[in-house]
Amino acid sequence: MAIGSKRLVVGAHYGLGNWLAQRISALLIAAYFVFLLIALLVTRSASYEGWAGLFSNLWMKVITLVALFALFYHAWVGVRDIWMDYVKPTGVRLGLQVLTVLWLLFCAVWAVQILWRV
Amino acid sequence: MSSPLTSSKRPEFRNIHVTQIVGYRLPPSGLVSIMHRMSGALLFLLLPWILWLFDLSLISEVSFAHLARYASHWLVKLGLLAVIWAFLHHLVAGLRYLLLDLHIGVEKEAARRSAFAVYLISLPLTLLAALRLFGAV
Repeated sequence: MAIGSKRLVVGAHYGLGNWLAQRISALLIAAYFVFLLIALLVTRSASYEGWAGLFSNLWMKVITLVALFALFYHAWVGVRDIWMDYVKPTGVRLGLQVLTVLWLLFCAVWAVQILWRV
Repeated sequence: MSSPLTSSKRPEFRNIHVTQIVGYRLPPSGLVSIMHRMSGALLFLLLPWILWLFDLSLISEVSFAHLARYASHWLVKLGLLAVIWAFLHHLVAGLRYLLLDLHIGVEKEAARRSAFAVYLISLPLTLLAALRLFGAV
């Protein structure tokens, strides 16, 4: 779909922003899993007590939520790339992108609820 | 004689479409690349399931025990294994991309070796998880 005589609506910003965000969020997620692995080894939380005890700390909730938000953003950039590569009709692509955003927002709200119920 | 107007259409190279993946003989780095995408898509699709499992593990001692029972079913174990494989492949291949971004190992031979290294790390770890899940270790 063309807007004016030159511009094409493709859904990309042609910029460094998403490229950089994808890499920074990747590092955050990887670092979180290293941290979680160490935390589990140190606290030996194979039981419910230990596992839920770990997540009952406010710092653990905050760190986990930051990592999950990084993950949801990472997923958005990645899935959007998939839609842009394979789905050519602008309307269908836009619809799928909107659904992706809504779905990830739903997951983000759910993640908050899961963490703050412990 | 061919003028610019009558010359044949120039070849156009697009992204490989999902339906064409099987027909392509990809080099190891290409295989890592498409599997990076597929593993990412799988993790995205299974996100609600993973969150639900995480929720069950935290709500209460009862739900934790319920999760343990649920996860003892072979089909659930297979699903967990898929998540573990996708995560490991996506993680290791992603680290390779970060190194490539830093211009480390961009030469043809080095990139080929690091693509093999991705499988050499992610597949044995997946196998270990499989043995653990299905009770062999």
